[in-house]
Amino acid sequence: MLKKWMPLAAALMIGAGAATAETVRVYNWSDYIDESLLQKFQDETGITLVYDVFDSNEVLETKLLAGGSGYDVVVPSGTFLQRQIVAGVFQKLDFSQLPNDQYMWKLIKDRVAKYDPGNQYAENYMWGTTGLGINVDKVREILGPDAPTNSLSLIFDPKYVSKLAACGVQMLDAPSEIIPAALKYLGEDPDSHDPAVIAKVEPVLMAIRPYIQKFNSSEYINALANGEICAAFGWSGDVLQARDRAAEAGNGVNIAYEIPKEGALMWFDMMAVPADAPNPSGAMKFINFMMDPHNIAAASNYVYYANGNLESQKYLNPDVIGDTAIYPDAATMDNLYTTTPYEQSVQRVVTRLWTKIKSGV
Amino acid sequence: MQLRRTFLILVPYLWMLLFFLVPFFIVMKISLSQVALAIPPYTPTLDITQGWDGLVKFFSQLSFSNFQFLTTDDLYWRAYVSSLEIATVATAITLLVGYPIAYGMASAPDEWRPTLMMLVILPFWTSFLIRIYAWMGILGREGFVNSTLEWLGIIHEPLTILNTNWAVFIGIVYGYLPFMILPIYAALDKLDVSLTESAQDLGCTQIKAFWLITVPLSRPGVVAGCFLVFIPALGEYVIPSLLGGSGTLMIGKVLWEEFSSNRDWPVASAVAVVLLLILVVPIILFQRNQQRQQEAEQ
Repeated sequence: MLKKWMPLAAALMIGAGAATAETVRVYNWSDYIDESLLQKFQDETGITLVYDVFDSNEVLETKLLAGGSGYDVVVPSGTFLQRQIVAGVFQKLDFSQLPNDQYMWKLIKDRVAKYDPGNQYAENYMWGTTGLGINVDKVREILGPDAPTNSLSLIFDPKYVSKLAACGVQMLDAPSEIIPAALKYLGEDPDSHDPAVIAKVEPVLMAIRPYIQKFNSSEYINALANGEICAAFGWSGDVLQARDRAAEAGNGVNIAYEIPKEGALMWFDMMAVPADAPNPSGAMKFINFMMDPHNIAAASNYVYYANGNLESQKYLNPDVIGDTAIYPDAATMDNLYTTTPYEQSVQRVVTRLWTKIKSGV
Repeated sequence: MQLRRTFLILVPYLWMLLFFLVPFFIVMKISLSQVALAIPPYTPTLDITQGWDGLVKFFSQLSFSNFQFLTTDDLYWRAYVSSLEIATVATAITLLVGYPIAYGMASAPDEWRPTLMMLVILPFWTSFLIRIYAWMGILGREGFVNSTLEWLGIIHEPLTILNTNWAVFIGIVYGYLPFMILPIYAALDKLDVSLTESAQDLGCTQIKAFWLITVPLSRPGVVAGCFLVFIPALGEYVIPSLLGGSGTLMIGKVLWEEFSSNRDWPVASAVAVVLLLILVVPIILFQRNQQRQQEAEQ
């Protein structure tokens, strides 16, 4: 669910080899890998790697459902993966070609089995949470030392968010993440598919709507880092990237990521192979390469997202494995929830509600 | 001779058939089907291998329910109306800006004209998307416009231009200005200068001669320019999504949400078909009217 606003999937073709050489085409989220790994894969396997990036699950899904995407490996999020499996988009993985599967983390495998029963179609790439990105000093300055920085009420209670509005609050443009959070805030089941229950979030979101500067899924990284906004409801790794950018700039902006105490959405981005992939065995080689503990650790160290590879934790930098915002402790982990994809008729209700919240119509 | 004429007419008709009618019928077909979780994500799909039975089954499953659905929610209606408003205002502004530029170009000395023409076309050498992105930087709160105005002391607080309808107007006017200038310039360029000169010789003021002679004679160029701007502006998606705010309601954005957020290709296709009807019907009526006028004048 990492959504970077790059409308034209910037095609990054690395080391165009001879025309006859084996090629693997990978379609992943933008800004989601340490790019030196791409060269390493080519050096180790001699396969030409074509690495394209996308910016939203919807863009990927539209390509997959149209058929003939031409990609060998794609990385949808769990909920999208689930219905794409039902639609017959993917082929089963060939585990005889995936020896590094032994290093994967059982805890994550069990959680993603909700989307991919029996773990037959996909391997985890990264996972993360959706929570609060906060400009610590400014929020405390406005709301005082007792500011509820670790609570959903900071964003969903007009009492707090109205005071933060002048200094800027942004929210993801992703109804499938905001509506579950608003339901959680109301004490409802965040994964409810009942239109009557979902309708309960409308007054909550309409009440805070005037105080939200923007619904956008990527601009908050820079806005937080530059001190242009005080708070954002966004993805863990993005907020941590904002924290790092602010630290590098030395602008005195102090950013923190908080997992709300009410609970947070846990999401998973999964590597899967389309049924019509031109080179399925090359796809297995790439997935296996990314499941190598050293490789995936390098990726996590670079993007500040947790991965589903237990063995890789030995090779993670201390500021990644030691950060509970990235690898939450056991108690927080229990408080994380997951969601399932909406049925077509419910999806329509959700999209319509979201349009109303954003445009007022 | 007859054969040659037939052939000459055939080429544009073939073009029309291949690039307008065939895609239109594909979209029309999808708009009559229902959503399915499959590749492609709608049903029924035509299975030619089943022969006549397949064809009968295919047609029996088509329905107009998606068009009925569009009437149940006033979102679609409002989006069409607000797109029409935005496209009309933007076309009017483009005309006000474009006409003087075209007029200036047509009155410029002959040796300047290729250069002026070049300057109009030059922006096309850069990607449309990049040029619209550049406007995000220009119009933003910390952008070029605001910092210049603040430096000049005209404003003390940055203006909010980006993410409003004003930014959408600026984007459309900027993006489509050449489409307005070029046809008007072509019309003005052909204009016989001796006509305005004789009008002035006969006692007409310069301004009156402009309104009585130049404007009516350049009307075909104006009409062509307005169509070239209005039609793409109506269905515009890139400009409102990058420069517009969350309150900017345009049919292009609604169509995108139907297509990707709702994964509902049939309803998205129905929206597109209705958009096309909204565009094509008035244009045909207008053309008829024009033709009748011309005939009456003759």
